[in-house]
Amino acid sequence: MPDPQPDLTLPEVYQVRRVERETADTVTLELAPAAGGPALAYAPGQFNMLYVYGNGEVPISISGDPADGSQLVHTTRAVGAVSAAITRLARGQRLGVRGPFGTRWPLEETAGSDVLFVAGGIGLAPLRPALYHVLAHRERYGKVVLLYGARTPADVLYRRQLARWRARRDLEVHVTVDQAAAGWTGDVGVVTMLLHRLRLDPQRLVALVVGPEVMMRFTLLELERRAVPLRRVYLSMERNMKCGVGLCGHCQLGPHFICKDGPVYRADQIRSLAAVREA
Amino acid sequence: MNKNLSALLGEHNFLLGLPPAHLEVITGCASNVKFDAGETLFREGDEAHQFYLVRHGRVALDIFAPGRGPITIQTVGEGEVVGWSWLVAPYHWRFTARAVELTRAVALDGRCLREKCERDHSLAYELLKRLADVVSQRLDATRLQLLDVYAATAPTGKR
Repeated sequence: MPDPQPDLTLPEVYQVRRVERETADTVTLELAPAAGGPALAYAPGQFNMLYVYGNGEVPISISGDPADGSQLVHTTRAVGAVSAAITRLARGQRLGVRGPFGTRWPLEETAGSDVLFVAGGIGLAPLRPALYHVLAHRERYGKVVLLYGARTPADVLYRRQLARWRARRDLEVHVTVDQAAAGWTGDVGVVTMLLHRLRLDPQRLVALVVGPEVMMRFTLLELERRAVPLRRVYLSMERNMKCGVGLCGHCQLGPHFICKDGPVYRADQIRSLAAVREA
Repeated sequence: MNKNLSALLGEHNFLLGLPPAHLEVITGCASNVKFDAGETLFREGDEAHQFYLVRHGRVALDIFAPGRGPITIQTVGEGEVVGWSWLVAPYHWRFTARAVELTRAVALDGRCLREKCERDHSLAYELLKRLADVVSQRLDATRLQLLDVYAATAPTGKR
């Protein structure tokens, strides 16, 4: 008799195995099941609901290596009461995890293509599992490029990893900041400007884009300017998610429930809704 | 030499697809230039009579703010264009351009190009379309930069 489907409304207890402080307001947590055994299996692009006891529950993208089944990795920025509580968690503390939820990046379908990752701010976190996957199966893809924009040099995530990625010959990495600081010798300006440096074959390219919606809209404009068909562009949308299973309606965007039908969408399927403001 | 320069120009993002006849005319206004790290291409307020097509390296565009010193507002890299003040009277630079690292570029003489554009409106229109695209991209980028989109806001989606 097959195992019953897991109840996605019930959190499983996880324990913080390691805390990496990324920036002043952002941490990466490595979580392992408190009862032992493997972590929840997921696909790049999906998210979990993290429940801090006594505080509440929030949706957080999974940012780890999908090939590592021993743990879940979540990068969280303190922007509200619950996410702030997550960033205060210490090694050994427990929290509830529900998931994984949502759609995935189309990594199998895009094999053979050039892959462009465009990340803004904390948007690098949901893209990282996809990048891990592509690099682990590097021979399946053409040119691979990561464009990453942060607010300031102090807000750049995954610094050591970015340095390692930059050292690879089979991955092109460009990092830019909106506001430079003394000592910063990297690029300055919004992430969309980095697109102008690339030689892209619009018919061979697949672009995966995550960031604030306004940044994604500007990125779409730039990609269209470069004749990239929107059916070759994927976005990860954000809305106020609560139940994670398309029942509560908090994350509704037009006919879509972002938690269930998204967060990853093909741009041509979501374009008309991308500018709809959240209530 | 000119043949090499013409090939370099034809391969640059800014001039890709330009008809050979136009490319030949533009080549007559072009020269190969190199800037070491820290070297200044031009200074804010100086007369603007050239612009640069960056081939390799990176250039920072700085504006001087009293009490704060030079502030880098943007960097420009391979395949991009530095400067359009040569096209707009009174032809003065609005910012200072400084090579962040060893930078190779093709310099285009603005006076030479303006004269040729006055004589050949087809060339002028082609160049203006390309420059308008650059200016439009920079305007979009400036608007996005002003929005400060990565600043902390009220929580909404996956937080």
